[in-house]
Amino acid sequence: MKRLFISLLLAGACAAPVAAEGIDPAKVEAVFKASFSKVPEGWASRLVQDETQAECSKYRDNPPAAAADAIVAREKKNIRYPADGKLMGDWEAAIKDADNGAGKRSTDDPTKAAGGNCYACHQLDKKNVAFGTVGPSLLGYGKDRKADEQTIKETYDKIFNSQSVLACSQMPRMGANGFLTPEQVRDFVAMLLSPDSPVNK
Amino acid sequence: MMPRRGKLGRLFAGVALAAAAAFAAPAWADNELDTYKKMLADPFANPGNLYVDEGEALWKKPAGPKNVSLEKCDLGLGAGVVKGAHAKMPRFFADAGRVMDTDTRIAWCREQLQGIPFADSAKTAFSARGKKSDMELLTTYVANQSAGMPLSPQLGHEKEKEALAIGEALFFRRGSLLDYSCATCHAASDTRIRLQPLAHLTENKSAGKVVGGWPVYRVSQESVRAMQNRMWDCHWQMRYPSIDFGSEATVALVMYLTKMGEGAPVTAPALAR
Amino acid sequence: MSETKPRIKVPETAAAGEVVTIKTLMSHIMESGQRKDKDGNVIPRKIINKFTCEFNGKPVFACNLEGGISANPYMEFTAKVTESGTFKFAWVDDDGTVTTAEQAIAVK
Repeated sequence: MKRLFISLLLAGACAAPVAAEGIDPAKVEAVFKASFSKVPEGWASRLVQDETQAECSKYRDNPPAAAADAIVAREKKNIRYPADGKLMGDWEAAIKDADNGAGKRSTDDPTKAAGGNCYACHQLDKKNVAFGTVGPSLLGYGKDRKADEQTIKETYDKIFNSQSVLACSQMPRMGANGFLTPEQVRDFVAMLLSPDSPVNK
Repeated sequence: MMPRRGKLGRLFAGVALAAAAAFAAPAWADNELDTYKKMLADPFANPGNLYVDEGEALWKKPAGPKNVSLEKCDLGLGAGVVKGAHAKMPRFFADAGRVMDTDTRIAWCREQLQGIPFADSAKTAFSARGKKSDMELLTTYVANQSAGMPLSPQLGHEKEKEALAIGEALFFRRGSLLDYSCATCHAASDTRIRLQPLAHLTENKSAGKVVGGWPVYRVSQESVRAMQNRMWDCHWQMRYPSIDFGSEATVALVMYLTKMGEGAPVTAPALAR
Repeated sequence: MSETKPRIKVPETAAAGEVVTIKTLMSHIMESGQRKDKDGNVIPRKIINKFTCEFNGKPVFACNLEGGISANPYMEFTAKVTESGTFKFAWVDDDGTVTTAEQAIAVK
């Protein structure tokens, strides 16, 4: 509950609008698109907001209840699982990947997988003090929870598509957006839930 | 190393204290850290000052196909007036028919006065190791000529007001592969990415310190970086294609950020990681 | 080495016997020799390896610099002055180039 509260706090961080009343969203989109003259093959979609992104932008990440419910409902349908149905993977691979902030930028090698970059926003284990505070601490995540089927699935869903749990979460929809693969996501699930993972030591 | 600022939240206060105890440093180390911070704060030590000097020389040097200096460039206060101009940016320029920030206006002047195509300035705007950028030198000099003056973005003209509105909308625009908006990282106080504190850009004091300090000497890049580079870098991290130098979107964002920091003194070039 | 003149900060005047603080800032890439380029080749070292300061012909301060020093080296040191004169500074590049600068001080 503490974790959800912090997430809500962060999601709701809003600023008093200065002048945006009356600006046509279509105009904003047109200006944005026109500011990229060199778009690599296959990247055009990155410039176009999907429905959830547009909704969250409209409400400055503070959607009213009905809109929030609609977002969560939509994103719940936007989750893919590994083909073999196993939702806990390899925590050792994940803990290394959690440090990697590269991948899918315009200067990155497009053949390399993106890293999870969890440490950018989260504390994970005791030893690594170079962690960010944009998201809540995940230290001891597995200690606070029983790694039963439901918990594993909830953890997977949250990482794969954070907005299937919290509308307009600032956490990227890692799997749903194709940033991480389902196999990478289940490795992170293991990293959080496995009793052998440094997160839980 | 513990972060310089930030209140420790309930969630990880305990762990952080434990970590601090595990890394307990001898008493003299705290003094050394303070000494080091004081040394960094010495304005003379900032290599950005070298860019000011070199930028001033470059501003006054005839260059380009027209072999003319930039001394007649109109940065908004009349042709040839550099002092105080940066503090009153961004603004609408009738001769260009659009709102421009300092970086963009300098590139425009290079084309109009010196015959150096805008696209060339755009292409070479960000220095690479061993290859200094004229744009960084010129922007640093021009900004420094407003040192001490309050940030005063111009908002009288319709286009200026529109740029502000667009910039604000863009600041909160979620998009691309990681669903980031500028607000994802920059709409709260006392947060950090890894150990890098994040500026709260919708709060006047924090925004003013940042915007007033740019162009900034970035120690990790061993070069001065100007606002157009910051806009490019952020969009790069957000997994967008390369955003155009001097584009309407980047200028609109600079307008919004400058408005957020309105009143803060220009301190460019400041020192940053 | 660099088109930029080094920045020097020396007080204009001082009392005889006073200890003054001198600051210098030099533009230089300080390529450490530890980095590799895209193809894995070592980028050759190119640093300022020596900095000297003398006053009226007498050595005041000198140091050898190594690859760990970052670009645009900043030096701050003190000197006791007993007479008016000129500080002369020299920066020596790996390739042998020497950049010099000087600054006078009036001592009462």
